[in-house]
Amino acid sequence: MSALKKVTKMRLFLPVFCMILVMVLNVIVDASGGKFFLNFFTISVQNGHLYGRLIDILNRGSEIAILAIGMTLVVSCSAGTDISVGSVMAMSAGFCCMLLAGYGVTSTSEYAMPLIVGVIGCLIMGCICGAFNGALVAYLNIQPMVATLILYVAARAIGLLFCNNMIVYVRVDSFAIFGSYVGPIPTPIIIAAICIVVMALVLRKTAMGMYIQSVGINRKASRIAGLNSQRIIFMCYILCGLCAGIAGLVASSRITSADTNNIGLNYEMDAILAVALGGNSLGGGKFNLAGSVIGAYTIQAITTTLYNLGVSTSQAPVFKAIIVLIIVVIQAPPFKEYLAKARAKRAGSKAKEAANV
Amino acid sequence: MSKKPENALKERKQINSNTLLLLITIALFIVMYAVGCAMYAGKGFTHVQTFLNILINNAGLICVACGMTCVMLTGGIDISVGALIAMDCMFLAYTMGKGMNAIVSCLLVLVIGLVFGMVQGFCVGYLEIQPFIVSMAGMFFARGMTAVICTDQLSITQETSPLFYAWANLKIQLPAFLGYTNSKGKLQIPYVRIGVVIALLVLVVIFLVLRYTKFGRSLYAVGGSEQSATMMGLDVKKTKMKAYMLSSFLCSIGGICYCLNTMSGSVSQATGLEMDAIASSVIGGTLLTGGVGNVIGSFFGVLINGTISSIVKTNGKLLSSWANIATAALLCFFIVLQSVFALIKSRRSK
Repeated sequence: MSALKKVTKMRLFLPVFCMILVMVLNVIVDASGGKFFLNFFTISVQNGHLYGRLIDILNRGSEIAILAIGMTLVVSCSAGTDISVGSVMAMSAGFCCMLLAGYGVTSTSEYAMPLIVGVIGCLIMGCICGAFNGALVAYLNIQPMVATLILYVAARAIGLLFCNNMIVYVRVDSFAIFGSYVGPIPTPIIIAAICIVVMALVLRKTAMGMYIQSVGINRKASRIAGLNSQRIIFMCYILCGLCAGIAGLVASSRITSADTNNIGLNYEMDAILAVALGGNSLGGGKFNLAGSVIGAYTIQAITTTLYNLGVSTSQAPVFKAIIVLIIVVIQAPPFKEYLAKARAKRAGSKAKEAANV
Repeated sequence: MSKKPENALKERKQINSNTLLLLITIALFIVMYAVGCAMYAGKGFTHVQTFLNILINNAGLICVACGMTCVMLTGGIDISVGALIAMDCMFLAYTMGKGMNAIVSCLLVLVIGLVFGMVQGFCVGYLEIQPFIVSMAGMFFARGMTAVICTDQLSITQETSPLFYAWANLKIQLPAFLGYTNSKGKLQIPYVRIGVVIALLVLVVIFLVLRYTKFGRSLYAVGGSEQSATMMGLDVKKTKMKAYMLSSFLCSIGGICYCLNTMSGSVSQATGLEMDAIASSVIGGTLLTGGVGNVIGSFFGVLINGTISSIVKTNGKLLSSWANIATAALLCFFIVLQSVFALIKSRRSK
């Protein structure tokens, strides 16, 4: 019993448990469908590329994982969510394709500018958006959700302006590399892995992680302790913007175009969900990067599984909603209290019985 | 003698904090509409009907914004409204397509709204889960349920429901002296649709409820400070739950108004409407931290939104995304203004 409790009390318990649950579900479905029961885990090589459902989840989940990194920092330091990341993704993708194709061109097979300019432009655009959000939150003390609402509305529209209200195609092989394969491995997985490793190193090896948590736990106290709370919050938002820029680059490279209306649609919800699923409190303070990343891939696994089960794209949100609700209700303090009370009652009545006997 | 200046100062303070924001909103709407009139007088912007069209197009949004304001007063947020409207429209279109009476359908939609709000309110009030997460789950659920009901676009026609069709086409004409003669020399009498009447009724009722009833005042109290509200003997949990029920209920009324406009149900309907509603409330002077706000402000917020998009539409050459950018710029302006006011207030109280 105590061993079980120890396991359930672990910080990574919830995300890992959900992940395992999804995997078990997949195995059951495969087995009952008459397929090989380990179908989910099989990885094969086709046309020199790795192929399999696990790889697919890792590949498709890259954007959410990258966004979840930035979102974790933002949630931790400012106790609020950045709802503009999806729009910022679309905007930076639009900016990148505009640079590469030239303004007003809808389809190109030649770069108007070198690839590196487009990539850096995309990332800088993300940083600028992050800086805008960060300035509002850190220096003007505006609630994060309200502050990011501005770019949520505007960024997609500005992206459309960059693209002259059209879908810009960049049909060059070297642009497609961010969304396709390097050798046998899908590039988005590599990019996500690099982002995760770099961020983890920065947070572990420098005091940055501790600073962010301390600002999140008590902004005033950290300022009195000598931290520049405002600058730390500002930096977190810039990092979140940068992550959105990277995700935008990957998403647009996947389809070799800037479909500003659809890139990153509702991704902010998935990213926030990943953070919550990872066992992080949305009230700020302590954070767990690994949890968020696992949460992100769990969400993608759920989505892929649902598609596998034949649920249509537009119906899938119902199941997502139910899963979210179950997770948050389990985590809710009043629910935990209620359970504890019920347990105590049961123990009490048992003791009474024992006494009576 | 010595008391007088103090009183004056108090009065001025009151005007400063809340009323000024409302006045700025109203003034901005008038200025914006005047600019529209001056720029596009030749394109019919000065006609009464243009203004009424803004009301007709935004009747649903007015209802939703009223509900959103009530929730935001308690310090919460409800982002499920857009999806709920899509679900309502789809439900109406589907049930009427199956031959259900329009009145029964509408009543069922209202019940759905109440139940939906009750679940959300229970999670927020009694389980103390963050409103954003709860309503996000609600949004996913409602949007998905829309697709579960039907994935195609269903439309309501005269054959499927004559009664609903008659409601949608009912023109309520205003007095004739407001009319104008068009280029063919025919007198055009301005009119409104039934949705506008519903929306304005909702607005007046919610305004009165917020101002004069116990429930309305407890909304302000809960948003101002939960702790003090509890100490005053208010049931904070119940009040919060009621606020979400009210929001979803008004959203369902808004859904019916919306459906009267579009006469169809589809999965992608009303995407992003929740952000329009939030933006309208914020422009109207409602604070997301709770405790401050007014439905009249939200009403003008909706009108400002409508004016922007109608200016962009009348121009014809501008890309539609400019409307979004203008809304965002206004939003930015008002948010910064609010934070500056808050800063001044906190400095003064020090």
